[in-house]
Amino acid sequence: MLYREAGDFKTSYREDSQTFPLRLDRWGYYATLAVAFLVIPLVINDYWANAVLVPFLVYSIAALGLNILTGYAGQVSLGTGGFMAVGAYATYKLSTSFPDISILIHILLAGGITAVVGMLFGLPSLRIKGFYLAVATLAAQFFLVWLFNKVPWFYNYSASGQITAPERTVLGWFVTGPQTSAPAKYLVCLVFAVGLAWIARNLTRGTVGRKWMAIRDMDIAAEIIGVNPLTAKLTAFAVSSFFVGVAGALFFSVYLGAAEVGEAFGINKSFLILFMVIIGGLGSIFGSFAGAAFLVLLPVLLKNVLVGTLGWPTDLAAHIELMIVGALIVVFLIVEPHGLAQLWRLTKEKLRLWPFPH
Amino acid sequence: MTPTTSTAPALTDPAATDSAVQPHVTADGRQIGGVLMDMRNITLRFGGVVAIKDISFDIREGEIRAIIGPNGAGKSSMMNVMSGFYVPQEGEVWFRGQRRPQMKPYEVARLGIARTFQNIALFDGMSVLDNIMTGRLTMMKSSLLEQALWWGRAEREETWHREKVEKIIDFLEIQNIRKTPVGRLPYGLKKRVELARALAAEPKLLMLDEPMAGMNVEEKEDMSRFILDVNDEFGTTIALIEHDMGVVMDLSDRVVVMDYGRKIGDGTPDQIRSNQQVIDAYLGVAHD
Repeated sequence: MLYREAGDFKTSYREDSQTFPLRLDRWGYYATLAVAFLVIPLVINDYWANAVLVPFLVYSIAALGLNILTGYAGQVSLGTGGFMAVGAYATYKLSTSFPDISILIHILLAGGITAVVGMLFGLPSLRIKGFYLAVATLAAQFFLVWLFNKVPWFYNYSASGQITAPERTVLGWFVTGPQTSAPAKYLVCLVFAVGLAWIARNLTRGTVGRKWMAIRDMDIAAEIIGVNPLTAKLTAFAVSSFFVGVAGALFFSVYLGAAEVGEAFGINKSFLILFMVIIGGLGSIFGSFAGAAFLVLLPVLLKNVLVGTLGWPTDLAAHIELMIVGALIVVFLIVEPHGLAQLWRLTKEKLRLWPFPH
Repeated sequence: MTPTTSTAPALTDPAATDSAVQPHVTADGRQIGGVLMDMRNITLRFGGVVAIKDISFDIREGEIRAIIGPNGAGKSSMMNVMSGFYVPQEGEVWFRGQRRPQMKPYEVARLGIARTFQNIALFDGMSVLDNIMTGRLTMMKSSLLEQALWWGRAEREETWHREKVEKIIDFLEIQNIRKTPVGRLPYGLKKRVELARALAAEPKLLMLDEPMAGMNVEEKEDMSRFILDVNDEFGTTIALIEHDMGVVMDLSDRVVVMDYGRKIGDGTPDQIRSNQQVIDAYLGVAHD
């Protein structure tokens, strides 16, 4: 009754292929954007920015990137943490070498550098598939972390081996460094997340997206109808790595401020983002955001409930929290293997008919 | 489609005109033109197994050419050679009057050769519409940047090709399932969507590998009608592998018969029916 498509007619193919064909969906999307851009920056505080919203947005970008590669193009990758590190170190080197250029440009350039590195490590995908490719990308993960640890040039020979984001401003506002305000951090990440999600949507609904999905669903048939597997797979690696690189750059420069490669971009990060993609839903833009929200918010929520409401000691709560999150992931995958995006789709199907059963 | 200019093949390929029938108009008024594809002395081996042994035949523009034979005769292998998926050890493939060099399958697709598969090879995770749109991928020219911003050519192309695809959807009568994921469709419809995807490429040569396998009589009649309509309306040349003799004899202009990797017959359906070797292969021979 409330959510339906009746009366929502399309008179051109252009209208039919838009992102949100249903009027209600479209309004919902505009309303979400309005709240995100106009309301939240006014009410946000440091706790919400640092614990919830900024990590959510940054992980969403990384999850989008991995979803393009794994969900749309069907190439499994366990190198996400390593590629995020490339983005982070590229921003660091660029912003310390060229301090006069805007940090936003550096972040985009860092994405570009990561895209090149990603293509390089994507080359084995032309020969190997599935688990074997996962192992090859795992090699990328370990190699990149090792590289950034061992070669002092990458961290400008600092004694601690850490990289620290220099203070940079955009339009007179600090966006990196300790003086950055919560709304500034949030807005920078939001702009990138919204822009990149829009690009991801455009790519996946058009020609290149169809190439990726064709390769994913049946590579032999894809080749017979004229998809060059080499370019299709390498563009998937490039675009995916661009997203992941931007996520890494934001993670380091805006969110953390200072990072040590093994700790911030280790194998755990790769798995965390893979979990986000699987829980959110493979091959879904919405799923990338949903998965990131689930894995960022759940620990925060549990911590608040266990420590805040129930009054458990912090260390106990921290351990129980890990167990609960793990158990929930397993339960969730058994109940809905296609992720939150599928759950959302089913809900919408139900809503179309509600309150009638058929 | 008009017959090829008669000079082009003759200049580059004098052999083509020797054995072949001259261009003519069939009894039902279809134009049969010059040689479109010419397979010359193809031999294909897998290790010690000879799948195809020294087979030559040609396909002429506008005709429906059937390849038949008992199981394991090498029909599908032949089709894989034609689509560039297998590389024959000996022999040459000539297409539109030129010798086709060794090519990757996706390059062959760009020459204007499309095919369907014996076991349906659709993209299960995509909708019917997206599946058919993939058939037009080789014609998409917009750059990655244009697509990322959904700007300029990217958007125009999408709409333009969508119109073309909708015509094929109308033609094959699958309007009501265009947004359904292919994985959910029944077998007969999947076969039809696969035909639509091949047609979307606007091929010069359409190869159908057992388009009617596993169908009931009604579905076979539908499919036969579509094949004839495609040939008639678009003038598409069709190469067809099929087991149902009734269908083959009714549809095709000329038939190649294979057995154990060799060619044992080539000609019109009537000639094939009276060919003793073919009868032996299909019905068996009495051994004394």
